[in-house]
Amino acid sequence: MSKKFTAIRLLCAFAIAIAISVIIILLVSEEPGTAIFNLFLGPLQSKRHFFEVFSSSVPLIFTGLALGLVFKSGNFSMISDACLYTGGVVTAALAIEVALPYGVHPIVIMIAAAVTGGIIGSIPALLKVYFHTNELVTSLMLNYVFYYLGIYTITKFLADREAGAFASRKYAETASLPVLLDRTNFHLGYLIAIGVVIVLYLLVFKTRFGYEIRVAGSNPQFAKYSGINTAKVIILTQVVAGAVAGLGGSVEQMGMYQRFNWQDSPSYAWDGVIIAILSGNNPKMVPFAAFFLAYIRVGADLMSRRSDVQNELVSIIQAVLILFVTAERFMSGWKQRREAKKALGGEV
Amino acid sequence: MDVLQDILRTLSLPDFYFAMFRSATPVLLTTLGAMVASRSGTNNIALEGTMLISAFVGVAVSAFTQSALIGFLGAVFSGFVVSSILAYFVLKLNSNSVISGIALNTFASGATIFVLYLLTGEKGASTSLPSLTLPSITIPLVKDIPVIGTILSGHHILTYAGLILVVVIWYMFKYTRLGMHIRAVGESPDAAESVGISVKKVKYIALSISGILTGMAGAFLSMGYVSLFSSGMTAGRGYIALATQAIAAGNAVVGMLASLLFGFCQSMANYLQSSSIPLQFIQLMPYLIIVIAYTIYCFAMEQRKKKKQFREADKKK
Repeated sequence: MSKKFTAIRLLCAFAIAIAISVIIILLVSEEPGTAIFNLFLGPLQSKRHFFEVFSSSVPLIFTGLALGLVFKSGNFSMISDACLYTGGVVTAALAIEVALPYGVHPIVIMIAAAVTGGIIGSIPALLKVYFHTNELVTSLMLNYVFYYLGIYTITKFLADREAGAFASRKYAETASLPVLLDRTNFHLGYLIAIGVVIVLYLLVFKTRFGYEIRVAGSNPQFAKYSGINTAKVIILTQVVAGAVAGLGGSVEQMGMYQRFNWQDSPSYAWDGVIIAILSGNNPKMVPFAAFFLAYIRVGADLMSRRSDVQNELVSIIQAVLILFVTAERFMSGWKQRREAKKALGGEV
Repeated sequence: MDVLQDILRTLSLPDFYFAMFRSATPVLLTTLGAMVASRSGTNNIALEGTMLISAFVGVAVSAFTQSALIGFLGAVFSGFVVSSILAYFVLKLNSNSVISGIALNTFASGATIFVLYLLTGEKGASTSLPSLTLPSITIPLVKDIPVIGTILSGHHILTYAGLILVVVIWYMFKYTRLGMHIRAVGESPDAAESVGISVKKVKYIALSISGILTGMAGAFLSMGYVSLFSSGMTAGRGYIALATQAIAAGNAVVGMLASLLFGFCQSMANYLQSSSIPLQFIQLMPYLIIVIAYTIYCFAMEQRKKKKQFREADKKK
């Protein structure tokens, strides 16, 4: 019953989100047919666009995993944003300044980005454990600090002075992830992301540490009294989540870019929130949630290219989904009536 | 050494202190908003998005009505609406306030650009909208005092409003029924409920106040010294208010000081832009200093709490 109820609720949330986006399109567009068609079915029109969904879901998988892990441990840090961004900056530095053979170069970069992400991720956790700060507040501030540090690193050491806009020099060819399918941008990064999904699933559900994370998240008091070192759990989950986000930054850079040109911090970490929520903080479900969001994203891009509706519509859809999916009492009246009916029916 | 000289020279300029109040204003108003929400026991993470939406609505409404006052009221009203939506989800549908807040922030960053494009055909800024600004005020007498006149007179009307509101909020918490109810609900909802206070109603009022104050902050951004909305113009001020609010711990006067600390850093950053320090280091300074101040504050509070516990333990012996 409760599983079925969750599914029905989820479907209703989706229906509301879709209805709202259709209404908005009908209100603002002069060619609503084209807009709606491209938004919902655009990605299915060609092989290239369909696989674009997979490649755009790569950074979302990483941040969804990172945020899901953090949420699972009962913390609310948004530092994954800084981890991903700085992971990208580290990638740019190593892809430009270091010469290594094919195969080795990406591995070295990924390790470096993951380590950097892990270190950055640990900061709000350390501040929380040793200075009793709120990790959400510190992480939000630190995101800006690391963002500006990244911009500084790129403009000072790696910028291409002839590029005209903000961009680094070109990455070495050895530092790009190979494309797996001709005439698409479906790259090796997707498989790496799936690999990380499996590793994190095993970590959360099959190890002692994963058990400690789950207990600390669902019942901190019990965790404390049963001898779980909650400080250690807080710090280590943040380190792992930061490493995953940092790795995501490097995979995204090596798979999709030839120069570093993230002038604004990409909002992948914020998107990670909705991925984590839709997946119920379960790593196994993250690729599906990321696929869904990426699908809508690619559809929205096609929509904005082919019709007069802008792709910012996606953030509206996203917000509506988060609001309704996490609303505990959303449709609780419906559930109650059904249960009451069932109970009364049993009596008769 | 050059840098030190630059800093010292900046510190000796009365204009610098004027700019400090100016930069502090939006954070101050939002800090007060965050404080009211937080004292009622709800963390309002949506402040960032609320401010952004209000800034946009202020510009749009003032451009179409050609009245700065109506624009300002529109901004404040939109702040109220956004916080009511948050209140609906948090209080009525039992949502997690942080996650709902994040959702509203996501909504704000997208929806403002979406509507801006509908109105102007641009996504960056509202340059083509003929929006208006609210006036600045010169205080008669005070403006003639040297130095102090330069620092304190001629500010934007909302800067003065912010300073007055510090007193109003402080007074509200200390002496009014509503203020006491908000505090009671925040500290112990069960106890408040048991003496007949409607917890949900008080929380809703608190969230509305926080939305209205944040709406004023949004209006200051887009209708204060510039008559322009640009995408993402809040630049994390709503998040900074969460930190300054935490430092203030419910005291409006400390909240003002924390906001002025941010204003100090921000205005110093503006003045040092032509110095030899890399631009990005200057830009990150306000955020870094607030984190450090917040961390020191939390650490000091914890030490105090521990000492108190020890003392009480000693007494019992």
